Amino acid sequence: MTNPTAHAARLGLSRAWIEFRHSLRDPQEMGFNAFFTVAVVVVLFFQRDGTVEGTSLPLAAFTLPSVIGMMAGFNGLISTVGTLAVEREDGTLLRCKALPHGMAGYLVGRAVGLSLSGLLSLALIVAAGLILVPSLTGAGLGGWLSVLGFVLLGMAATQPWGAIVGSLARSPQGAAGLTMLTGGVLTAISGIFYPITALAGWMQAVAQVFPLYWLGAGVRSGLLPDSAAAAEIGGSWRPGTAVAVLAAWAVAGFLLAPPILRRMARRESGSAMQARRERAMQRIG
Amino acid sequence: MIEVRDLRMTYGQTNVLKGVDFTVRRGEVIVLLGPNGAGKTTTIEILEGFRMRSGGEVSVLGVDPARGDEAWRARVGVVLQSWRDHGKWKVRDLLHHMGRYYEPYRRPLDTDELVAAVGLGEHADQRISRLSGGQRRRLDVAIGIVGRPELLFLDEPTAGFDPHARRDFHDLMHRLSDLEETTILLTTHDLDEAEKLADRILILNQGAIVADGSADQLARQVAREAQVRWSVGGEHFVHATDDATGFVRGLFAQYGEAVQDLEVRRATLEDTYMAMVMKEER
Repeated sequence: MTNPTAHAARLGLSRAWIEFRHSLRDPQEMGFNAFFTVAVVVVLFFQRDGTVEGTSLPLAAFTLPSVIGMMAGFNGLISTVGTLAVEREDGTLLRCKALPHGMAGYLVGRAVGLSLSGLLSLALIVAAGLILVPSLTGAGLGGWLSVLGFVLLGMAATQPWGAIVGSLARSPQGAAGLTMLTGGVLTAISGIFYPITALAGWMQAVAQVFPLYWLGAGVRSGLLPDSAAAAEIGGSWRPGTAVAVLAAWAVAGFLLAPPILRRMARRESGSAMQARRERAMQRIG
Repeated sequence: MIEVRDLRMTYGQTNVLKGVDFTVRRGEVIVLLGPNGAGKTTTIEILEGFRMRSGGEVSVLGVDPARGDEAWRARVGVVLQSWRDHGKWKVRDLLHHMGRYYEPYRRPLDTDELVAAVGLGEHADQRISRLSGGQRRRLDVAIGIVGRPELLFLDEPTAGFDPHARRDFHDLMHRLSDLEETTILLTTHDLDEAEKLADRILILNQGAIVADGSADQLARQVAREAQVRWSVGGEHFVHATDDATGFVRGLFAQYGEAVQDLEVRRATLEDTYMAMVMKEER
């Protein structure tokens, strides 16, 4: 019949679609989406009168694209870490491992499923944000396509790293704590809620190593007028550098993740899961 | 189907398996018995290819499970102890999805027939998180057999089953063994279950196989004698004998209607098991 790996990849797609539909009916997940959308709207509302220093650009028009970039990165990193750590603990992964090509199906399903729910959260934020920052609707089709490109590239740059952290973590709580902290620190220095040029030089240098600044800058380059580039490092958008840095993270991640995932998968067994389950029970009880 | 020679497993300083040997032939139902910590789960996980061994030779379906590829995986069924995975999935959807992974190799079992066969017909459209513990275990069994495995592994499949569910499970195992000629290796704590299901019982104790045979053979190895209990005039007696029938005949000839409370008891699997496990501990 068909090539079994390709067959499993297709099953991964159907798995992603089934789980995406589940998430649409999950009050917790939809509640989180609603909460985050409202939070973004509140931030934009309070920024409505401010402008980016040295320009006539409204602060809210700066923040919305930055938040889109940040969400793409967070979705890749934090959601991936969280689901992988949880699904190792609850036995989803072991269940898939017992099937022929089950791990391939699982990983395709997870990557696609997380991307779908990430895109949904982003769509909600964009829809709500545009009401408050109507000037961004002028970006044109080309601008929005480059936003989509940066969002997908950002997910590719962060998801494999999320998978690596999720594979190495001993418990979901530990994994979540570590990534939230890393994500928070990077957000603070990556010019998401305020232009990065207002920060100290060494912080700018650190931020430029990580994907988050470039994700924000990339999305901004798609949506903001060229005059807004004055608030960027060096006074220009540098989209080529943004693509290069994000691609470098993606390539490094996709090279590193498979052996780590394989090692993690090899260690999955009923008794390993049983041990984690007992630890989890102790946390709950 | 399975060849195990001098299987060893060491965790740090502890020798969990100290040279396990056994063979399983096509179509056999083998029950692996043993006290907690005897190494049952370790053994079965090595055979499933989920755990690396420290030493010895293992062949499952002609392949070393440590190097089993996906085509090998498709011939092996594993019944896992589920916890709370796939909680949002419906029973039917998950079973159908899982079965499709086997399509490149062979036609999986029909989802609806399988759901009915494990007694989940009424719950086919229910979310898995809503199932009771026993219903979840039935689903675990269904997932283990959906790909028509040649060889099926089950680690304590009936833990937490009520007697009715247990009987259904035994029927299902008999059907698999008789109709599909599935070879089955399962572990259990339940001696009664071992006696009902097993063509052959392996007793694992302290990391080694201490007995290998049918329930009858094992019982005969330990005790050839039956115990006869009776009372005469309110006084109780016990006698062990090779020839229970002859002894009882003599009893009636001697005391006639005065014989009361007659009871003849052969060694049970439990006696055998206790004797074998105790012998090792001494």
